[in-house]
Amino acid sequence: MTGTTMVEIRGLHKSFGQLEVLRGVDLQVAAGAVTVVLGPSGSGKSTLLRAINHLEKLDRGYVSIDGELIGYRRSGGRLHELTEREVLRQRTHIGFVFQNFNLFPHLTVLENVTEAPISALRRPKTVARKQALELLDRVGLADKAEVYPRQLSGGQQQRVAIARALALEPKVLLFDEPTSALDPELVGEVLDVIKDLARAGTTMIVVTHEIGFAREVADTVVFMDGGVVVEQGPPDAVLDAPQHERTRAFLSKVL
Amino acid sequence: MSTVATERPVAAAGADDLAALPVVPARHPWRWLAGAAAVVVVAQFLHGLATNPGWDWPTFRAFLTTETILRSVGVTLQLTLYGTVLGFAVGAVVAFLRLSRSPILQTIAWVYVWAFRSIPLIVQLVFWFNLSYLYKRFGIGIPFGPTVLSFETMDLLGALGAAVLGLALHQAAYAAEIIRAGVISVDAGQLEAAAALGIPRLRQIRRIVLPQAMRSILPNAGNEVISLFKGSSIVYVMAIGELFYQVQVIYGRTGRVVPLLMVATVWYVVLTTLLSFGQYYLERYFARGSQRTPPPTPLQRARGLVRQIQATRLTAPTGGTS
Repeated sequence: MTGTTMVEIRGLHKSFGQLEVLRGVDLQVAAGAVTVVLGPSGSGKSTLLRAINHLEKLDRGYVSIDGELIGYRRSGGRLHELTEREVLRQRTHIGFVFQNFNLFPHLTVLENVTEAPISALRRPKTVARKQALELLDRVGLADKAEVYPRQLSGGQQQRVAIARALALEPKVLLFDEPTSALDPELVGEVLDVIKDLARAGTTMIVVTHEIGFAREVADTVVFMDGGVVVEQGPPDAVLDAPQHERTRAFLSKVL
Repeated sequence: MSTVATERPVAAAGADDLAALPVVPARHPWRWLAGAAAVVVVAQFLHGLATNPGWDWPTFRAFLTTETILRSVGVTLQLTLYGTVLGFAVGAVVAFLRLSRSPILQTIAWVYVWAFRSIPLIVQLVFWFNLSYLYKRFGIGIPFGPTVLSFETMDLLGALGAAVLGLALHQAAYAAEIIRAGVISVDAGQLEAAAALGIPRLRQIRRIVLPQAMRSILPNAGNEVISLFKGSSIVYVMAIGELFYQVQVIYGRTGRVVPLLMVATVWYVVLTTLLSFGQYYLERYFARGSQRTPPPTPLQRARGLVRQIQATRLTAPTGGTS
């Protein structure tokens, strides 16, 4: 943890029609820190994550990563929407791991991992391949490079998805409930990979329901409810001595 | 059934004995009877094919592979090939206009599909054939301004060209809908994942969406190609020497209608069969990754059987029991 801010979120608002999902979210994530976002379903956790890499457009507020505004350019006292091409380039700095993996089923594991480095970063194929094999080794799947995603278990698929996100060498890695679609006995292998990344100093924001994981790995635990951050702080503070009634109520249900 | 009732305590008979008893399959006499009746009807039909002089098989044999017929088969294949390639190329463009985020392009694509599905193919064909009546010359230049290049419409677009144009534009409307259906059938998470990885837009379509869309595009596209292949017979109205037109010319001259219709039928069936084979292997290619272990092709299955027979023949003389 260097203490410099990697992700800065200010006054984030987002509505879907009548429903206001984010109602002014402020959040800062230090470089190298692991932030775990907890909260009941419908509290806006996933939307927040998707707003960070601009999969959702914002209604108000901003997200900046390593000092770069995401999705907009500031000029003359206004925010100008970036073109799709520019947003795509920005997303190569932001790794995203989905709840449902979203691996490309018609590509092999290796092709899944090399696709973005080759097409988005224009890396030579041999370089991308070598790097992908190293990453697959890191998530314990070096021997699965040539198989198709459907031939893997859910836990293995999610580990491939993590390797795929890492292949872009992102500044920050976002996890949207990475273990929620997994059988209970497969959760551990995915969390172990994420823990390894945490030890290696990767900046991460993890939306999850795994309280034990939050306690063990998080530098900061953020509790969201009703589209705002209710409470945040070190895990022992938020999890063991929550200040807010809503946090207490939530934790009493999940612990 | 009655024995079960008398020996009610099944377990008393001993579970081991019960497990060892042979199973007698249920009998299906009506199934056999229905099958036999169907076989009789089929046999009658085949007998008629062979013995009814009306089929006139010698004439059929005489014409099946004559040069005129072969050449007309060539024309039919040409119409199908150009119609398919051009039709699906235009169709892909229309499909992506329809899927684009521009309301103007969406509307244009919708109107195209609406128009070309609404006008009967035969009307369109005659219309294209008479295009030179409407536009004597065809020019390239600045819109509403001076013309740089110009051609006689009839030079540019012969009868065959008009037929291909008609078939292709008609086909494009259907192809557009088939391609669009394929694209929207791909899970939205796939595009989202590609977008999250920063993969460029065109590459998202070409590398991620289309290969997956092909799975549902191909069966429908196969239908379309085959129906275009047979439907190309409709251009006989423009006196183009394709298979059906040629057969009509010959039976108009010789009066032997039935055997010549059979000549056309056999060619259509044989070539449709070949197209179906092609479709099977193409579908298999795009299904990669969709199943844990893809089933063997008929060819692989046949080879496997041959290998099995060879293996048993090799091991049999040694008398070794496995």
